[in-house]
Amino acid sequence: MTLSRRDALNTVLFAAGSTLAAPAIMRHAALGADPIKVVGIHDASGGLDIYGQPMIACLDFAVDELNAAGGLLGRPIQLINYDPQSNIQLYTQFATQAATKDKAAVVHGGITSASREAIRPILRRFNTLFFYNTQYEGGVCDRNIFCTGSTPAQNVNKLVPYVQKHWGKNVYIVAADYNYGQITSKWITKYVREGGGQVLSVDFFPLDVTNFGPAISKIQAAKPDAVISALVGGAHISFYRQWAAAGLKKSIPIASTTFGGGNENILLSPEEGDGIVSAFSYFQEVDNPLNKAFLEKFHAKLGAKAPYLGGELGMRTYIGFNLWAEAVRRAKSIDRMEVIKALETGISLNTPAGKTTIDAKTHHTTLDVFVAGCTNQAFRALETFPQQPPLDTASVCDLAAHPNENKQYEVDVKI
Amino acid sequence: MDYAVVVALQIVSGVATLVIVSLGLAVVFGMMRVINLAHGEFLMLGGYTAILASGQGINRWLSILVLPPLVVGLIGAVVERVLIRRLYGRMVDTMLATWGLSLAFIGGVTMLFGNSVTGISAPFGSFGIGRFHVAGYDMFLVLASVVLSLIVWAVLKLTPAGLIARGTMQNAEMAAALGVSPERVYALTFAAGAALSGLAGGLIAPVSGVLPTMGTAYIAKAFITVITGGAAMLTGTLVASGLLGSVLTVFTFLTTPVFGEVALLVMAIVLLRLLPRGITGRFLRRAL
Repeated sequence: MTLSRRDALNTVLFAAGSTLAAPAIMRHAALGADPIKVVGIHDASGGLDIYGQPMIACLDFAVDELNAAGGLLGRPIQLINYDPQSNIQLYTQFATQAATKDKAAVVHGGITSASREAIRPILRRFNTLFFYNTQYEGGVCDRNIFCTGSTPAQNVNKLVPYVQKHWGKNVYIVAADYNYGQITSKWITKYVREGGGQVLSVDFFPLDVTNFGPAISKIQAAKPDAVISALVGGAHISFYRQWAAAGLKKSIPIASTTFGGGNENILLSPEEGDGIVSAFSYFQEVDNPLNKAFLEKFHAKLGAKAPYLGGELGMRTYIGFNLWAEAVRRAKSIDRMEVIKALETGISLNTPAGKTTIDAKTHHTTLDVFVAGCTNQAFRALETFPQQPPLDTASVCDLAAHPNENKQYEVDVKI
Repeated sequence: MDYAVVVALQIVSGVATLVIVSLGLAVVFGMMRVINLAHGEFLMLGGYTAILASGQGINRWLSILVLPPLVVGLIGAVVERVLIRRLYGRMVDTMLATWGLSLAFIGGVTMLFGNSVTGISAPFGSFGIGRFHVAGYDMFLVLASVVLSLIVWAVLKLTPAGLIARGTMQNAEMAAALGVSPERVYALTFAAGAALSGLAGGLIAPVSGVLPTMGTAYIAKAFITVITGGAAMLTGTLVASGLLGSVLTVFTFLTTPVFGEVALLVMAIVLLRLLPRGITGRFLRRAL
């Protein structure tokens, strides 16, 4: 037998290829059947990466954990992560790809409300189930989406009373200039007025603004009892830095609906970040046995690369994935409608963040909320509010009565 | 009254920031006519130098004021040698090449340090004006812009090197005939411009934080300032910074940062419509 050069090359290539592919093949072979595709779309780079990194790490972790336990319905989960680079255009592109090319069973993704509203219609049109695992301004009413994060009735409603009780009635709001900041500032205004206080002014900042000098002077001129920030992303961290540099930390305290949602408290020095108070449905520092066990496993797996799970975004992604998995188990199918119906039975999970229950009427969740203060770059819970229902969205949205509804309601606050 | 003082200080610091981020470009573009679209990335590299150096425990002043101009000046010298030197007098080609360079810098830094924001705390505390507090570092930036402008002026006006540089930019052949090597002068001037940009990056790092794409936030403003300034590079840049920086800050105070930037652009467009050759194309023509 003569061995031509081409044959030899083919043999070598095949051998090399199968060696490389072996781990993947074996992993799937162990679980049998073809994998269930799950797509994650989170910003791994760009200004929003401070939120995206922990979300991606938690989704990876949740999928690996499930695969190690035997997958779903005897099939392994194949996770496909896309990085939209903090760019809305890429979000729409990847959402279309997830629905049409990957034929994903579910998409977990979206960080800013702008990105969620960009991909929500696409995933609905292509009948692809969508989980949005971020705290946001509330009001989304669409049967194809499940919002597992906290909303203003759950977090702002706890943060504002804390501010007014401890610091004073009148506040000054600084917020990011897109739908999240615009709508959240209305909620803050609503709760401040209900508490008998006044909003002295609301300033909006595009996501790339880094110079807050004029704003800081304006705030001092207005003499608020406290500043409430709904600032978003890496550039806006300058606000806290410049606030501390202007020596205002002692005279006017800051509360925030977003601070700590990424790793803001780690990026700032203790002198800059200490004393800022936030409200989320999870902090890495939450003290309970489930959270302790979760963090142990999480850190054992990721080692030094484990991101800080500041506020709730990473944890909500972990919970969102597990809620979906539980629904698939109950439905015994990955069919979209079957899974939605299973979720609408009001699936409830005990999680590291406390008990989380799907609210069938709104597709939001009932969860525990913590008001926590930043000390030495970590959060310490100041107050805990167990089992808060999504009252804001529930006041406008009833998917049981109107299953075909598809819009985002905005709170109507007279300003 | 106190408020008026605070607003005035903000205006001054807004102007100073414009001067600081534009000076390097004034040398490279205003003087040498090299359209350096990587100017913003020189700032960014200066910022990263400052952050990395202070992260290594190097003295804060050394890492803000000394290392960034040295490092970026060196990078500038290399860039001139490898890229810019081949393209003198070819405006469009220079634009393309420096744009590519800027993308390469952004990509490289993203690969090395990740696409996320880092920062250092601003030195100095704050000081009070009545019941207002102002960051001391803002005032330091004002001082820095004055000192930098004075240094640039003194070097160009009072030293033989400055005279030679100005002469070479005006008429390279005549300078060569007089025994000056234009190549060396161009290289040194470009490196000096890059060093100024690097220093600017180091100076603004504590205020703005540092990110691979931070240059894009400054390059447009720097070009607008230098172009509006017109032919006399130093005077033009200072006058234009004064006008545009005041408009930017005043409108930011009155409305929001968005309209502040809009006002700056409108102001620049109106100025260039009325004075197509820049402010110093009409006034102060003989200034430096």
